[in-house]
Order: sequence, then C-alpha cells, then structure tokens
Amino acid sequence: MRKKVIFPQLGLPYLLLLPQLAITVVFFFLPAGQAIWFSFLRQDAFGIRTEFVWFENFVELFQDPLYLDSMWVTLVFSFWVTLLSMSVALGLAVLADRHIRGATAYKTLLIWPYAIAPAVAAVLWIFIFHPQIGLLGKFLNGIGIKWDYKLNGTQALITVIVASAWKQVSYNFLFFLAGLQSIPRSVLEAAAIDGASPARRFWTVVFPLLSPTTFFLLVINLTYAFFDTFGVIDALTKGGPAKATTTLIYRAYIDGRVNLDLGSSSAQSVVLMLAVIALTAVQFRFIERKVHY
Amino acid sequence: MATLELRGIRKSFGAVQVLHGIDLQVAEGEFIVIVGASGCGKSTLLRIVAGLETATEGSVLIGGADVTRLEPKDRDIAMVFQNYALYPHMSVFDNMAYGLRIRGLPRAEIEGRVRRTAEMLGLGDLLRRKPRELSGGQRQRVAMGRAIVREPKLFLFDEPLSNLDAKLRVQMRAEIKRLQRRLGVTSLYVTHDQVEAMTLGDRLVVMNEGRAEQVATPMEVWREPANTYVAGFIGAPAMNFLHGRLCEEGHAVDLRAGPAIALAAPPASATEAEVTVGIRPEHVRVVGNGAAGAIPLKVDLVEPLGAESLIHGILPSGEGLTVRASDCSPLAGTTLPIVLPAEHLHLFGGDGRRLRLAHARGAAAPVRVGA
Ligand SMILES: Nc1ncnc2c1ncn2[C@@H]1O[C@H](COP(=O)(O)OP(=O)(O)O)[C@@H](O)[C@H]1O
Ligand SMILES: [Mg+2]
Repeated sequence: MRKKVIFPQLGLPYLLLLPQLAITVVFFFLPAGQAIWFSFLRQDAFGIRTEFVWFENFVELFQDPLYLDSMWVTLVFSFWVTLLSMSVALGLAVLADRHIRGATAYKTLLIWPYAIAPAVAAVLWIFIFHPQIGLLGKFLNGIGIKWDYKLNGTQALITVIVASAWKQVSYNFLFFLAGLQSIPRSVLEAAAIDGASPARRFWTVVFPLLSPTTFFLLVINLTYAFFDTFGVIDALTKGGPAKATTTLIYRAYIDGRVNLDLGSSSAQSVVLMLAVIALTAVQFRFIERKVHY
Repeated sequence: MATLELRGIRKSFGAVQVLHGIDLQVAEGEFIVIVGASGCGKSTLLRIVAGLETATEGSVLIGGADVTRLEPKDRDIAMVFQNYALYPHMSVFDNMAYGLRIRGLPRAEIEGRVRRTAEMLGLGDLLRRKPRELSGGQRQRVAMGRAIVREPKLFLFDEPLSNLDAKLRVQMRAEIKRLQRRLGVTSLYVTHDQVEAMTLGDRLVVMNEGRAEQVATPMEVWREPANTYVAGFIGAPAMNFLHGRLCEEGHAVDLRAGPAIALAAPPASATEAEVTVGIRPEHVRVVGNGAAGAIPLKVDLVEPLGAESLIHGILPSGEGLTVRASDCSPLAGTTLPIVLPAEHLHLFGGDGRRLRLAHARGAAAPVRVGA
C-alpha cells in the first residue's frame, strides 16, 4: 500500500526537494551541459579564439586511429576487469556462503579494498607488481620471466586490470553473497538428493538463480571499468607504455587537462556519457522485464 | 522398494543433543509416520536418513546396506520438502526430469516417465509452467511427482502438507495414501499433525524431545499409549488425566475426584499406589441424575461442534475434565453427573509409563465400588 502524504502548502515539497535538485544540477547537469557545449567548440592552441564547429570534433575523433585504439583498449580492459572481479567475487561468496558463521570477519576483510582510495590501492599494487621492489615482479624476474609493466604493454594492461578488478571484488562479493543467501537451502538439498554433484548444482541451480544479481553486477562493473578506473591507471601506468593502457576515460583526461584540447576532450566525454546512458537503459529495460527466472 | 533400519541414532548440534538414540525397523513398502511436537527432532531424523545431516552416532541401513557414510545422491531416496523446494527457474517438466537427466537416462525414457507421472498426478497440462505460476496444491503435486518419477527405494516426506489450507490438506492426505499404496514404496513421513499421522501411517513413531516414545500402529497407540506423553499427544481433544490411588491390592483405583473404580485385574507392574488415571473425553459417560457412582461435573464451558459438544468442567477434586458427548449440551454453571467406565481407563505409574493389567483386558464387567 502506498500512502499519499498531503502537504498543507504547495511550497514545502519543493523546498524539501531543493537540496537534492541543487546537488544534481550543480554537480551533474551543469558540467554535463558544459561538456556538450564545449564539444561543439574549438579553441586555438593558446585559448584565444573559439569557434563553433558543429560535429567536427566528433568526426575527427572517430577518424583518429589512436582514439579507435583506446576504444579497443577500453573494451579489452573492461571485459577483463568485469570478468575477473565478478568471478573472483563469486568464488569468494560461494566459499563464504558455505561457512556463513565466519562470514562477518570475512566480509569485513573483503570490504576494505572498496574503501581504499584508487591512488592508495595503486601504491599497494606497485608493491606487488614493481619489477624491482614488488613481490610478484621480483619473483617473476627471479625465475627468468622478464617482467616490467613500465616497458611491456601487455604486462601494463594486466597490471591495471588486476588492480582495478581487485577494488571491485568486495562490492561484487557482497551482492553475490546476498544473492546466494536468498537461494533456499532446501532447493540445493533437493538437487543433492536428485543426484547432482556440487559442481552440477552450482551450474544448473545456483548460477541460474543468481542471474538477476549477475546481470545487475555486470552493468555496474562495466560502468566502473569504463569510468571509475581513471585513478588506478593514472597512479600505476599513466596510460603507458605507448598508450597500451590508455582507456577512453584516461584519454579524455589527457586531452583535456594535459593537451588542453577542450573541444576534443568534451566530445570524448559526451561519447562516454552516451555509453553510460546506454548501459543504464539496458539495465532498466531488463530489470523491468524481470530477468528473474 | 527396500527396508530401512535405524540403529541407535544420536545427534548433537554443538553441545545440544537433539536425538537420544532412535531405533527403528521399517519393512518393505511400509508407511511410517514420525509424529511429535515442533522441535522434537523429527526433521533432523529424516535428514539423517536422507544424508543431509550426519548422525553423531548410530547407523542407517537401506535395503540392508549401511549407507551411514554415503552422500544423499548415492542413497537412492527421494524427499518432499515442506516448502516444496522446487527449482524456481525450471518448468514443471524440467523439475521432474532433473534427477533423471543426471542419471543419464535416454531422452525418450525421461519424456515417457515424466509424462506418465504427471498424468497420474493430474499435472499433464502444467508441464510447461514455472513453479511460480502454480497454486500451492499444484506445487505440492510437482514436488511429489519429482520424488515419484525417480522410482527411489525410499520416500521421505517432511511435513509436505503443512503449507496447504485445511481442505486441500485433507484431499492431498488421501491422495498421498492412495499413491503410496499403489506404488508400494517404503515411506517415512514427518508431521506434527496427529490426524495426519493416524490416517496415513501403517505405524507411528511418536517422538518427544529426541526420543521415540512409542512405535506402533495408530490404533495401538491410541488404545494403549505407552506413556502419558503419547496418551496426551495422540487423540483430540486430549486425554484427561486424574489423580488416583490403587487400593484393594490393585483391584481398584480410588480417584481423588470421586469413587473408587474396580479394575478387571491389578496392574502387573505397579510399584507404588499413586497413579495417573487417563480417560479420553469421548469415553466419559454422561448419566442420569442419581445414577450409582456418578461424579458431579461442574460445567464451565460448552463448545458445540455440530454433531457433538465438548463440555469442559471441574470435578469435585478441583481437577479439570473434558467430555465429548453427542446428544447433550448442558448450560455453563450447571452440574452434570458423569461416570468413568473402568474398561476405558488408562493407568500410568509415577514415571508416566503405562501400567499394564496383569491379564489381557478381560471381558469382566466393571464392578463399581462405592465411594
Ligand atoms: N542445523 C542446526 N543447528 C543447530 N540446531 C539445530 C539445527 N537443526 C535443528 N536444530 C535444533 O534441533 C531441534 C530439532 O529440530 P528439528 O529436527 O527441526 O525439529 P522438528 O522437525 O521436530 O520440528 C530443534 O531444537 C532445533 O533448534
Ligand atoms: Mg521439522
């Protein structure tokens, strides 16, 4: 039942909405509008003259092979970050679900990465991946595998993927754990009695029943990989070597803040905005249609 | 189809012991009902048989083979859960076919078996539906079908009807009974509902706090309850219990509430004079005013049930007594003369155990001894 609250004056509800609206306007609509406006403009290198160029920034963008490269990097990066963070989280959640008594301590430990600033997280990963001082880096070089993420593009990509995925594991873990715990125990017991091995139970019962959670997390993680991984990349590889880890969001930053090409950077932001709108639309559509089995 | 044997099953959860050594032998095709109050360990016992729980001590034998250490999947049993535990994302057909597919049966055979079972249960038109598109009764049937289609050695039921409304429950109860007869599969059925237990079971296991108080046929349990717990648990409304004292060397019992009543024979095992006398409400006789040996019952509350009435009253001793009478519905506050027929009395010793009379229940007419 939904109750309709009647306010005596018409003004009060709007007054109560105001802070929320103000925050949305100041921190979202204004910058977004500005980005859209700038994406139609072009400034000369010294910022003296500005002209309105319609879609030229976008056309140029999609003709730039480097931009298409970074699009590809973004796809590879997002795919692996999402896959890695979700599968590790699911594995941990399954383990925790079995021994739910110890799960409180376990959950607390697992949630920490989520609370750590990207830059701090990156420093932690330097201590692991750095070829000279990192635990894993030293070890790999020790056993004869040449490891240096500052020189090798693939290794750089692996490094930022792992560091980015790691930060997201705890978030996914909590959702997966909640999802697992909402599966009635008796359903799994029925499957056990029906003769299903643990692995079969997982793939034929647990995983399908988790699909709403999985889908929700898929969208969240893609969004994260697209937009929220700037800090990790900046702290670890700065998009290098040779742009091997330059994702769309990182390039937008470089072009805007470093190269001061506000027009192109804004156009890139608009492209990213469209991507997030598309992802959200997909999400809403599916949630409305209830992917629940 | 197989026999089932439980040997000294004990179970503790941490420091709490919930099963205190259960022994049971079930013949092939027998329908055993485990009945007891909520929390007495029925489900735990059933789950140990299923292999979902490990017994702390004791062993489980199915068809003579020790399965105590086997996983549920290796025991060839089927279980119907209280909440049905259907696979929510699978159709009715897939729910029933799941176990068969795992066993790698050929497609055609799976199809045939599922269809036959579905027809038998009246689910033929629902095979494509998902569980959430079914009513409670239909879900219940699917859960049954999933068990039946596997043709297991043993059926386990854990309160399968308790989520249904009263009418459907009665209907499904009869259906389960018919199905079990027809299929002849050895079954273990857990319930807290004594009517369900009485109507379904070939034999009952009456459980109380992790112990099997009595294992016997429903009529035996009703006629000769092994102790006051069983006597009070089986039968509705519950048996009345009164204070009494054996006298005349055990040939009569002197009620605190009224006259001494002569017994057909003295109890064989009585060690003390103090006894508990039990009598079922339906066995108390309402007599005319001034009848010999009548006890006045002060009527407190009358509950009409239609054909009969339940009369709750107070005896002169202050003890309460419930009477189930057909053709009698006195007003509250009036006094009703009643008689407790000797042949319907149950005697229990100080430890609550039934006192058996020295001879088999004789045909001797009850002799009343004046108060
Ligand atoms: N997994 C468990 N852990 C701890 N205690 C349990 C567990 N399962 C059951 N119990 C306890 O064992 C007792 C018997 O439970 P159960 O067999 O479910 O009773 P019933 O089915 O007769 O209602 C209860 O007191 C219950 O709290
Ligand atoms: Mg139970």
